[in-house]
Amino acid sequence: MRFPGTPIGPLDYHRRLPLRLILISSLIFLYLPILTLVAFSFNDSRRNIVWHGFTLKYYQKAFADSELMLAFGNSLSIALFSTLISTVLGTMAGYLLWRFRFGGKTALEGTLAMPIVIPEICMGVAMMAFVARIGWPQDLPWPLNLSAITAAHIAFCFPFAAIVIRARMESFNRQLAEAARDLGATEFQTFRDVVAPHMKPGIVAGALLGFTLSLDDFVITFFTSGPNSITFPVKIYSMVRFSVTPEVNAASTILIILTVALTAIALRIQRRYPIAGV
Amino acid sequence: MASQISQDTIIRIEGVSKKFGRLQAVDNVSMEIKRGEFFALVGPSGCGKTTLLRLLAGFETPDAGRILIEGRDMTGVTANHRPVNMLFQSYAIFPHMNVETNVSYGLKIARRPRDEIMARTEEALGLVKLSGYEKSHPDELSGGQRQRVALARALVMRPAVLLLDEPLSALDAKLREAMQLEMVHLQKTVGITFLIVTHDQSEALSMAGRIAVMHQGSVRQIAPPGELYEAPNCRFVADFIGKINLFEGTARPADQPGRVRVHTEKLGILELQGDAEGSVTLAVRPEKIIISHEPGGLEGQISLHGTVMDIAYFGGHSKLFIDIGAGQPLMAEITNSNRNGGPRVAPGDRVRCGWRAVDTLLLTE
Repeated sequence: MRFPGTPIGPLDYHRRLPLRLILISSLIFLYLPILTLVAFSFNDSRRNIVWHGFTLKYYQKAFADSELMLAFGNSLSIALFSTLISTVLGTMAGYLLWRFRFGGKTALEGTLAMPIVIPEICMGVAMMAFVARIGWPQDLPWPLNLSAITAAHIAFCFPFAAIVIRARMESFNRQLAEAARDLGATEFQTFRDVVAPHMKPGIVAGALLGFTLSLDDFVITFFTSGPNSITFPVKIYSMVRFSVTPEVNAASTILIILTVALTAIALRIQRRYPIAGV
Repeated sequence: MASQISQDTIIRIEGVSKKFGRLQAVDNVSMEIKRGEFFALVGPSGCGKTTLLRLLAGFETPDAGRILIEGRDMTGVTANHRPVNMLFQSYAIFPHMNVETNVSYGLKIARRPRDEIMARTEEALGLVKLSGYEKSHPDELSGGQRQRVALARALVMRPAVLLLDEPLSALDAKLREAMQLEMVHLQKTVGITFLIVTHDQSEALSMAGRIAVMHQGSVRQIAPPGELYEAPNCRFVADFIGKINLFEGTARPADQPGRVRVHTEKLGILELQGDAEGSVTLAVRPEKIIISHEPGGLEGQISLHGTVMDIAYFGGHSKLFIDIGAGQPLMAEITNSNRNGGPRVAPGDRVRCGWRAVDTLLLTE
C-alpha cells in the first residue's frame, strides 16, 4: 500500500521524473509507428497521411489480392517448416554440446554461432551463389518451390535455437539425469522425462525466435527467392516500391496480430513450467 | 556386533583404479562390503571416495580392476541396470514432478503393475515419514523433506545397496544429528546395505558399523569405529579420525621381546609394547590425558609439565591447549562434570599432564 507523499524509495525508479520521461519517449518511439500502421489500415483513403474515416475494405482488398495472399502463405509455410526443422536440429545440437565431451567441441560451438555473426547480406549472397552453383531446381510444385528458401532459413535459424537451448542447459543439475539413470531409465527415457522438461522453455523460446526470424527475413530470402517463390516481406517490398497502400498496412497488421498471439501462447507455455534447478 | 554381520559379501571391489587426466582418483582399491552393513567411506576432499561411489553406481568406468555386486561382475553394466540406488548430494529431486511421481518414477520405468507401484510408493513414503505429502511439489518442501523424498525414491526400488553421497552436508547441525540417528534406525528397519560417503569423520563414527579411511586414492584402514579411533594403523588415520597429539621419535628393540624403547624429544625415553625400529610416531588422544595441579608422576604414567595457553569451552567438555615447550601445544580434554565446580584450570596455570603408557599409540607409518 502506497500513500501519496510517501518518499521515493531507492528502487522506485518509475516514480522519478527523468526516468519517466525516458520511459515514455522510448515507448512512443517504439510503438507509435506500429500503432500508426495499424490505425491507417482502417483509414478510408488511398493515401496514408490524412484520416478520412473507418473502413475494412483494405482488409477485403488484401485478402482478395491473390499474389499477396500467396506470398503470405509462402511465408507462413517457410516459417513453419524451417522452425520445425531448426528447432529439432537446435535441440539436438544444444543437447550434444551439453551432454558429451569430444574433440573440437569449442570449434563446433564457434562454428555454430557463425550464421549469427556473419552479416546477413553476405549470407544472402552466399546462399544465392550456392543455390545457383549446385543448380537447385527452381520451378517445382508447391511447397517444394520453397525448399531453397526454407533451407537458407534453417541455416540461420537453427544456431539461435541451439544457443538458447545450450544456455538453458547450463542451469540443469546433472545429478537429475544421473538420478534418472540410477532409477533404471535408459538414455532416451532420461532425456524424455528429465532433460526435456527442463529444456522446454528453451525449446519454446528457440522455436519462437526462429519463427519470427524466418517470417520477417528479407535480405537472405530476397537472394534465394525465385519468381514463383515470393515471400511476404519480399512482396511488401515490391509493393512499397510503387506506393505504400493501405493494403500493405492491413496485411502487416494481420502479421503483427499473428506474432503477438504466438508470443502470448509461448509465454503461457513457459509460465506453466517455472522450473528452477532444484 | 561382528557376529551379527552375515559373512555374505554384497560388494566386492577388486583392484579398482580410476584416473582423471593426470589425477589418480582411485588407486588399486580392494575391499568387501557385507550384506546388511552400514559402511562408511571417509577421507578428506579429493581422496577418491566419491569417485569410488560413482564407480559402484556405474557413472564412471574403472581403468583397471572390477566390481562385483551380489556376485555379479558389473563390468559393462550401465547405471540403469545395476542393483544399487544412490542418494545424491543435491538430492536431485525431479523439479517438475510431485512427491508421489518422484518416488514412483523408478517403478514406472521398471513397468511394475499399477497396484504394486501405489502400494510400494505409499510404504516408502511412510518409511521416511512423508505420508500426506504425496501431491506436494518439491519447491514447497524444506531441505530435510526433500532429502526424505530422495531417500524414499531410492528405497522404493529395494536396492541391494543404497549409496549415499554426502547426504547430510546440506542440512543444519541440529537436523543433521537427528537425520544421522534416523538413518541408522531406517537402515536397521529396511535391512538394506548402506554405503555412505562423507568427509565428516564424526558422522562416520556415529553412524557406520565399519569405516574405510581413504587418502590419495587408496584405502588406509578398514575397521569398526572403535578400532579405528583407538587403534589406527597409521599416522594419517590417527590424525584424520578425531583429535590427537603426535610426537616424532626413533625406536629400537628393548631388552624384553615384544617391547620397544622409543626416544622422543619431548617425552624422553619410553618403553612400550610393540615392535618397531627406526623413525616412529607416538600418539595420544586428548581425552586420555589427565590434568592435575600436583607435580610428580604416577607409576606407569607418562608425565609432562606445561602451561595452559588456551581453553576452548564446548559445554559438556573443554579443550585445553598446553604449552609443553617447543612445537605444537598439547591438546587435552576435560569433562565439565560438576556444575558448581567452577573452572578447574585457568590460562597461565602450571599443570601436570599425565597419561597411561598403554594409552600411547605407536605408529610406524
